[in-house]
Amino acid sequence: MQGFGVKIGLAAGLLVVGLGATPAMAEKVKFEFWYGLSGDLGERVQDACKKFNDSQANFEIVCTSQNGYPETVQNAIAAYRAKKHPAIVQVFDGGTLDLMLSGAFVPAKKLMEDNGYKIDWSNYFPGIANYYATAKGELNSFPFNSSTAMFYYNVDAFTKAGIQSAPETWEDVEAAARKLKAAGYACPFGFSFDSWATVEQFSAIHNQPIATKNNGYDGLDTELTLNKTKLVDHLTFFKKMTDEGLFVVKTKQLGMDVVPAFTSETCQMIQSSIADHGTIGKTIKQGAKWDVTMLPVWKGTARQNSMVGGASLWVLNNRPEAEYKGAAAFLNFIAQPDMVEWWSTVTGYIPVTKTGFEAMKAKGFYDQPAFKGREKAIASLTFTPTSANTRGIRLGGFPQIRKEISDAMEGIFFGKLTVQAGLDQAVERGNVILRRFEKTYAGKALN
Amino acid sequence: MNKRAVFKSWWLPVLFALPQLLLILFFFYWPAISVFNWAFSLEPAFGGAGERLFVGFDNFREVFADGEYWRSVSLSLFFAFTATGLSMLIAFVLAICVDRQLKGSGLFRFFYIWPYAIAAPAVGLAFRFIFAPESGLIAVVNTWSPDLWNPAKYGSHAMILIIICFAWKWIGYNFIFMTAGLQSIPRSLLEASSMDGSGPVRRALDIQIPLLAPTLFFLLVLNLTESFVGPDTFGIVDLTTEGGPNKATDVMVYRIVSEAFRGLNYSGAAAQSLVLIALIMVFTFIQFRFVERRVHYK
Repeated sequence: MQGFGVKIGLAAGLLVVGLGATPAMAEKVKFEFWYGLSGDLGERVQDACKKFNDSQANFEIVCTSQNGYPETVQNAIAAYRAKKHPAIVQVFDGGTLDLMLSGAFVPAKKLMEDNGYKIDWSNYFPGIANYYATAKGELNSFPFNSSTAMFYYNVDAFTKAGIQSAPETWEDVEAAARKLKAAGYACPFGFSFDSWATVEQFSAIHNQPIATKNNGYDGLDTELTLNKTKLVDHLTFFKKMTDEGLFVVKTKQLGMDVVPAFTSETCQMIQSSIADHGTIGKTIKQGAKWDVTMLPVWKGTARQNSMVGGASLWVLNNRPEAEYKGAAAFLNFIAQPDMVEWWSTVTGYIPVTKTGFEAMKAKGFYDQPAFKGREKAIASLTFTPTSANTRGIRLGGFPQIRKEISDAMEGIFFGKLTVQAGLDQAVERGNVILRRFEKTYAGKALN
Repeated sequence: MNKRAVFKSWWLPVLFALPQLLLILFFFYWPAISVFNWAFSLEPAFGGAGERLFVGFDNFREVFADGEYWRSVSLSLFFAFTATGLSMLIAFVLAICVDRQLKGSGLFRFFYIWPYAIAAPAVGLAFRFIFAPESGLIAVVNTWSPDLWNPAKYGSHAMILIIICFAWKWIGYNFIFMTAGLQSIPRSLLEASSMDGSGPVRRALDIQIPLLAPTLFFLLVLNLTESFVGPDTFGIVDLTTEGGPNKATDVMVYRIVSEAFRGLNYSGAAAQSLVLIALIMVFTFIQFRFVERRVHYK
C-alpha cells in the first residue's frame, strides 16, 4: 500500500514539475473580489468582471456577491482571520473607518505605484476622494460605486396640483406638499428613518457637523453633536408636517419603502440615492413624468456640497504578490474612461473621475431622456469645495450609530419622544459606541 | 455472571466517537473559548494578536450599566414565557382534539407539523408580508379604525407579531410530542372517568395533564430555551421588526448578533453571550430543581 502511495505521489510531483516547465501552459493568476451589491446591480458587477477577464490573458478575477454591504464586511473579516480572504473587497461608506484602522489593507496609492501604474489622483472628484483618503489626501481605497442623495418628484402630480417648478428650498417643499394635498394626493412627501439622506446629507449641505473633531477626521475622541445643530429644527419641521399629514412615513416594516412608494405613485416626492435613478425609470408606470433635483435647502442657506455615498474597493494585505499585479490591473481597468461610462450607464452610479464625467457629458449622455438629471448629482457633490463638515464622516462603529439615529427617529415619529429628546438619546447611545471604539483602537492614530 | 460487552482497546470507541467529538470541539468548545477570550479584552474586528487589550471585567461592567441591556433582558423574558405559553397551550388544545378523534384529525395530524419544517427567516418574511400594516393581508383592519394594527409604530404590536410568529412555528413541534404522549395514555382510564360523568375539560385537567407531565416538562425546557436564545428568535426578529420600533423588540439574541456583526463590537457581544449562557444555566437549573419535582415519570 505504502509503496503505491509513494509512486502516485512521485508521478503527481513529476507531472507538476513538467507542467511548470512549459511556459505556454502557464496558469492564469486567479484572485478573488467580494462585493456587496446584489440583484440587478450585482449582475452588473459580474459583467465588469467578465469584461476584465476577456480583456487580457494573465489574470482571472473571480467575483462573488456576499448579498449586502454589512455581510461583505463580516465575511471579509471572518475570511481575513482565517487567512482565506479575497484580494479585493467592496466596503460601504459606513465601514470606511473600520477598514482604515484594521491595518489589513494595502493603500490604493502604494498598490498602484508598486505595480507601475501612474494614476492622476487629483482626477477624482474631491468630494468623493476625501471620504476615502487619509488626512493628507492620499487614497486608501478606490471609489467605485458612488452616489449621493437627491430629491425625486412626480412631474405629473405637480402639474395637476398647479406647481410650476422643482422645489429648491424646504419652504417650497412645504408649499408643494400643501398644494398636492389639496389636489387629493394622500402622500405628498414620503420619507423613511434612513439617516443617510435626512440626517447626514442634510447636515452636509447646510454645513452642519455630525460630530466634533471635524466629523471625526481629527481624532477618535470625537463626540456626536447632531442634537445641537439645525437638524433639530429640521426634524421638528418634519414632525409638524407629519402631524398635518403632509409628510408620510414609508418604511419596509410598514409595507413599503420610499422608492416603491414613489414608483407606485403613492408618494409624489421622496429623497433617495441617485443610484435609484435607473430603478425608478424601469419600475415607474411607463409614460409617467418624473424628475430629479438636488436636495432642497432651507431658505437663506449657503448650500454646501453633498456627501458621497456608496462603496469603495479595498485591497487586503497578506495575499501572494502575483495577485496584487492582477488586482492593480483590474482597478486600473475599471478606471478607464470607457469602463467608467459603461458602469455609470448601466447602474445609475455617478462617474468618480473628472475626465470620466467630462467624456460622458461631451458624448451627450446626459441629454438622453433616460439619463437626464443624473448630472445634477455631480453638481450636488461638487457644489462647493469640501468643508470640514462636508468632507465625510469618520466615525467608528458608524453602522451602529446610524441604527441608533433611525431608532431615535422611530421614537420621535411613532413614539412619545420629542425631537430634542430623541436626538439626545441617539447622541448619548452613539457616544457610547464611539468611546468603545476609541478604547479598542487606543494608540492607533488616524492618519 | 456479567455478560456486558467490553471494548478491549481504548482507541476503537474513541474512533467511533471522534466525529461527534470533533464537531463539539469545533462548534462548541473552540467558539466558547474565543468568546471567553474576547469578553475580557477589547477585540479589534480584523484581529491583530498581541495588540489585544486585557480589560478585566470592563466589558461586563459596561453591559450591566447600560439601561438598554436590562430592558432587553426583560423583553427577552417576556417574549420567552409568552411565546412558550401560547405555543404550548394551542398545541395542547389541538392535540386533545386530535386525540379525541374529531373529524379530520388524521389530516390535521399530518399538516400541523409542517410549520416546524419551515426555516425561521422564511416564517419571518411571510409574516412580514401578511402583517404589514399598510400593504399586508391584515391591512384591512386599519380601514375599520386607523392604526388598529401597526407593529411598525407600536412596540406592543411588534412584540405580539414576533410572539405569534414564534408560536406558530413551534405549535407543530409541540403538537407532535403531545399527541404521541396522549396516545400512550390508557384509554380505559379516560373511559372510566367519562362513565363517572366527567367532561373533556375535567378529564384533561385530572388525567391527561398529570400523565403527560414528563412530555410537557421536556417541551417547556425546550421551548423556553429556544425562544430565549434560539436561532429561530433571531431569524424572526431580524426579518420582521429588526428590533424596533425604537428597540421595543430588541431581544437579547438579536442584540448580541447585531452588536457583534453589524457593530463589529466583538468584545461587548462576547460579554453579553456569557451572561446569556449563565442565565440559561440558572434557568434550566430552576426548572429541573423546582418544576421537575412536580413531574411524575411513573
